[in-house]
Amino acid sequence: MSPNVMPFAVIFVVAVVFFGWSAFKRFRLITLGKADNRFNELGKRFWNMLFYAFGQRRVVARPFGINHFILFWCFMILLIANAEFLLNGLFPEYIDLALLPSGLYYALSLIFDLVSLFAFLAVIVAVIRRLAFPPPNMDAHSRDAFVIISLVGALMLAFFGLHASEIAHGLEPAASYMPVSGFIARTVFAGLPLPMLAWLIFIFWWIHAIVLLGFLNYLPYSKHMHIMTAIPNCFFKSLDKVTTQPREEFKKESVFGVGQVDYFPWKGLFDSYSCTVCGRCSDICPATSTGKELNPRLVIHDIKENLFHNGPLLVKGEKTTLPLIGAGCEGSVSEASIWACTTCAACMEVCPVFIEHVPRIVDMRRDLVEMRAKFPEELLSFFENMEQRSNPWGIAPAERTKWASGIDVKPFESGKTEYLFFVGCYGAFDARSRRVTLALSRILNAGGISWGILGKDEFCCGDSLRRLGNEFAFDRMARDSIKMFQERGVKKIITQCPHCYNTLKNDYRQYGAELEVVHHTELINTLIQEGKLKLNGAKNLGKLVFHDSCYLGRYNLIYDAPRQALATATGQHPVEMERHHDKSFCCGAGGGRMWLEESVGKRINVARVEEALQENPDTVCVCCPYCMTMFEDGLKDKDADAKVQVLDLAEIVDKTL
Amino acid sequence: MLIVACIKQVPDTTQVKIDPVTGTLIREGVPFIMNPFDTHALEESLRLKDKYGLRVAVISMGPPNTEVTLRKALAVGADEAILLSDRAFGGADTLATSKVLAEAIVGLAQKEEVALVICGKQTIDGDTAQVGPGIATRLGYSQLTLVDHIDSLDLNARKIRCRRKLEGWHEVVEASFPAMISVLREINHPRYPTVPMRLIAQDAPVTLWDNNVMQLDKATIGLNGSATQVRRIFSPERTQGEILGEGINDPGKVAQLLIGKLVEKDLLFI
Ligand code: SF4
Ligand code: SF4
Repeated sequence: MSPNVMPFAVIFVVAVVFFGWSAFKRFRLITLGKADNRFNELGKRFWNMLFYAFGQRRVVARPFGINHFILFWCFMILLIANAEFLLNGLFPEYIDLALLPSGLYYALSLIFDLVSLFAFLAVIVAVIRRLAFPPPNMDAHSRDAFVIISLVGALMLAFFGLHASEIAHGLEPAASYMPVSGFIARTVFAGLPLPMLAWLIFIFWWIHAIVLLGFLNYLPYSKHMHIMTAIPNCFFKSLDKVTTQPREEFKKESVFGVGQVDYFPWKGLFDSYSCTVCGRCSDICPATSTGKELNPRLVIHDIKENLFHNGPLLVKGEKTTLPLIGAGCEGSVSEASIWACTTCAACMEVCPVFIEHVPRIVDMRRDLVEMRAKFPEELLSFFENMEQRSNPWGIAPAERTKWASGIDVKPFESGKTEYLFFVGCYGAFDARSRRVTLALSRILNAGGISWGILGKDEFCCGDSLRRLGNEFAFDRMARDSIKMFQERGVKKIITQCPHCYNTLKNDYRQYGAELEVVHHTELINTLIQEGKLKLNGAKNLGKLVFHDSCYLGRYNLIYDAPRQALATATGQHPVEMERHHDKSFCCGAGGGRMWLEESVGKRINVARVEEALQENPDTVCVCCPYCMTMFEDGLKDKDADAKVQVLDLAEIVDKTL
Repeated sequence: MLIVACIKQVPDTTQVKIDPVTGTLIREGVPFIMNPFDTHALEESLRLKDKYGLRVAVISMGPPNTEVTLRKALAVGADEAILLSDRAFGGADTLATSKVLAEAIVGLAQKEEVALVICGKQTIDGDTAQVGPGIATRLGYSQLTLVDHIDSLDLNARKIRCRRKLEGWHEVVEASFPAMISVLREINHPRYPTVPMRLIAQDAPVTLWDNNVMQLDKATIGLNGSATQVRRIFSPERTQGEILGEGINDPGKVAQLLIGKLVEKDLLFI
């Protein structure tokens, strides 16, 4: 039922044109970004969109996500109702639900009526939650959010107002199939005179129309633009797990890293439009939760604001006026934030719309390191040591074999040796980690594995360099390593460090190196399950707690192998900390943070150790030399190092041999 | 006006071993680096460039592969790099080295006024600390050694004021241009090259000055011009002490062993 076709047609056209213009302005800015192929494997992408956007897979992973799920689906269903409403307003004779076969009409009326009620209730629940239990990192009281919620609420009220007055007027043939509207008609509008009801119909119709068109036009300017972008963002999501960053090509006159917003790939910009401001990334971020300046949600927000500010200038071919990095205001990411990230990927793991925070942070690090040589002082000697001696401390490469003095370790020989044991810098140089290296070498021998080492010729894998944004140095190092692997005929590699593992496996793949890389946790578990190790039961471990390393778990989905190995070797299932598996909390050392001071806020490793101590463990099992160091330091910090020991999985299994 | 930074390419001494049989350095596979003290000399030159707009030329005497190190200097911002390389320069001690470097500075000074020559205090392979003063003496420049801070530079008055770090005290000294200063590592933190600069430096010109260009008297350069000659290089033999438990990876065990030994020798009482 449309009261005034002509005036509405005018308003409708103006609203749609204005919306189109706003949306065009917004989306034109996305095209400023650099190329990024997100149109391959459309079938898979389509499925991702169904599963993650329409299925709300990640949204419902948190209890409150159910409310969003309801609202989302109500919204989807009411899209049909609202489309009908608008078209009916324009062409009342041709488009009208009532023109449908009556069965279908009644069914749809029933559905719309009930769904509107659900939507309204979901809105109320959302308001209560925001007011009474605001999630810490959501910006729960933002005006923008309330505008959106109120508009949705108002739309529902107008819907009921319109239909209830129509029912009371006797104009609605589906009246008996609209329980909610019918109820309102009977209670609120009963007994009103007909002219009054006609007037109410008129009013509610116009409220509904104005709110609907207003909502549409508000969206492109709202922080909740995700209503338009989240679904396509799930379509464009990375098909593989985001375990690495794209390569850079080192040509003269190129720019490296991202120091200006249009240097991001377009998907990075689209990501910023898709943020739902849910704050889940910040809730889980080890940097945010220990008081660092970094807040992943705000990093994404600042990218968007920067684009809004500079994009229109760039479109006109003018210079940007708001620096992407370090301007100290909204729309600019602080250097402290950029350096605080441990690349733990917890943010990317929880983000319901698959925003890729880590590559964006590394992009900006690259700008700081490669274009400006501007980075925390501690990194200077780290970078130089890496470039000169291919290890973080600048120790002479000849020392790489020191751990093996006194035992019989063979060099890797193509054809004769099956596996290269890539010891890694920590495993070779760090006194504590050398014990793990030795334990692992005993296990490999006991399991009858044919293995050898590169000794002093082994290079650092370059993980920290890459995560710290020193892509230039990483690139050289990766090429050197890969060349060496090729020359020596290395095809299968065992690593004891999840960072070496991820780099050799996922980063080097970008260079065409197809290596079969296995982390020691997987290999040990296989040896155990195949009965190749004679185990005699663990001694003196007490209560055992397990810590997931980010680069093993979230990056490479190795969760079960170490747990299974532990359970079989020790006869007890390890105890889980509060946050484990994909929710595991970083030790604080990833992303090159190992080589940086941590002077702001609480130390991340201490936070994690406190979490471990809640379980009253006797032993903490780790699978990474960084985690080992961070846990041991954290335990010392808490004066618990005498009570709790930290052991690598290899050491625990070695004890049971 | 020009600042000349003198740098040397040295073997990475932490990786150098001496062949016990021949008594010579095993150079094979040992990477070369810019002498660490010289990185600070270069950095200080670049800071003066940034602040006062002087030009920086780096010079180095050495074998042709020294070019790599000179390019590193270009990558951090030196304006010009000159490689002094000729078979005739080989085998030089500090006397003959300072001769070639001093003559090169004279050559540069013909085109542009030289305000300062900045050297590292010493090299990590020779450890003599003589080349800087040698250059200054040959050229008749003022010489300010052991500098850990440059207080000021006055381009109009053509003066430099620096702080020298001596044992137990500091000395603030002033000298007129041209002056040679040799710097300590405390003076600054060297910068890291940006990638665009590295890429440019990769094929930026390094000027070669051999003896055809320099025309120096063969008796004053290289081995012939050297007042000292190396007879033998060797690692001093260990006459005292003993090696305990080599290859122990457990710091706890190492400490135990050490404490045990010290107690046994009555050097520690517990
Ligand atoms: S990767 Fe980890 S540290 Fe970095 S922003 Fe995400 S959650 Fe925070
Ligand atoms: S980035 Fe993702 S997780 Fe973080 S607030 Fe936005 S939508 Fe939520």
